[in-house]
Amino acid sequence: MKLRYLLRPTLWLIPLALALLLGGCHRPEPLPFRLTNVTGHMPPLEFTLTNDEGKTVSASHYRGKVVLLYFGYTHCPDVCPLTLAHLHVVMQRLGKLADGARILFVTVDPGRDTPAILHGYVKAFDSHAIGLTGSPGDIEALVKRYRASFTREPATTDGNYEVSHSSAIYVFDRQGNPRVLSTPADSQDDLVHDLHLLLSNGAS
Amino acid sequence: MKICTLPLLLAGLMLAAGAHASAATHVTATQGWIRILPGKLPAGAYVTLTNSSDQAEALSGASSAAYAEVMLHQSSTQGGVSRMYKVKSLKIPAHGTASLTPGGYHLMLMKAVRAVKPGDIVKITLRFSDGSSLVSDFIARPANAMGASD
Repeated sequence: MKLRYLLRPTLWLIPLALALLLGGCHRPEPLPFRLTNVTGHMPPLEFTLTNDEGKTVSASHYRGKVVLLYFGYTHCPDVCPLTLAHLHVVMQRLGKLADGARILFVTVDPGRDTPAILHGYVKAFDSHAIGLTGSPGDIEALVKRYRASFTREPATTDGNYEVSHSSAIYVFDRQGNPRVLSTPADSQDDLVHDLHLLLSNGAS
Repeated sequence: MKICTLPLLLAGLMLAAGAHASAATHVTATQGWIRILPGKLPAGAYVTLTNSSDQAEALSGASSAAYAEVMLHQSSTQGGVSRMYKVKSLKIPAHGTASLTPGGYHLMLMKAVRAVKPGDIVKITLRFSDGSSLVSDFIARPANAMGASD
């Protein structure tokens, strides 16, 4: 009799614990990030674009990987290469863990950036980098989804034009949830630190 | 006879150097490098310029036999947006330095005459506002390099 009394409240706790566990699946576990934490402030990664091998890919293709999303263009000789060179160093510093990460370089200049040009470009920086292109509408939708921006300056006589673009790197966890934002002002150490947290966490 | 050859040669060299009255002697260029991108993509060139004179100087232009077009540009990142501008000149203070570095001032090299590979040395002529110029060596580096040497 006494035992039953003791068990009863415990039995009530089981569904409660289950509910808490299930609830936890919708909200990513808080992690001690150093970069700007954007968890819950941006929508999950979603797109359908063409990769640098000419294949159609969607965001679900990269579920299970920690994704670093960056908007740029290949005719950018200074800032984009600097960012990608930095990310290459970051990947090297992560060592074996870097295999769980992908750098997605989305061009905001699909008119000039074909999959083949993108392929040569991203692979010159890092083996974990993938170039993505698509229709101007699909790219614009992705840019807007993350409140990023880009503008195209008027073309010069020889058809060359400059593009301005968001400088941030958006970092998503293995489930495609946005977690941190890295800007050029942030230190490389902080990005390595936060990627370490995400890559060591929930490895699939 | 042989003894005379060296001084003569030296005198000839000095004359040759003197003939280039516009050669800059007050500005030196160090750590010149180019980030080579694949295919026909434009490349960024970087260098540190040191002005040893009492007068401020300015880099006003550049050219190279290896590229059809060379432009002085500046990148800036403000309000989360990166941009690139064409600039007329870059000041080099008296007894000071000016640096062309990734994310800041750079020479944009366009339309390579022939493919430039990492390891190649490219000569770039730097022109200054006083009318003088300086031919400087730039080392071609891979896309993911962080400087003239890693």
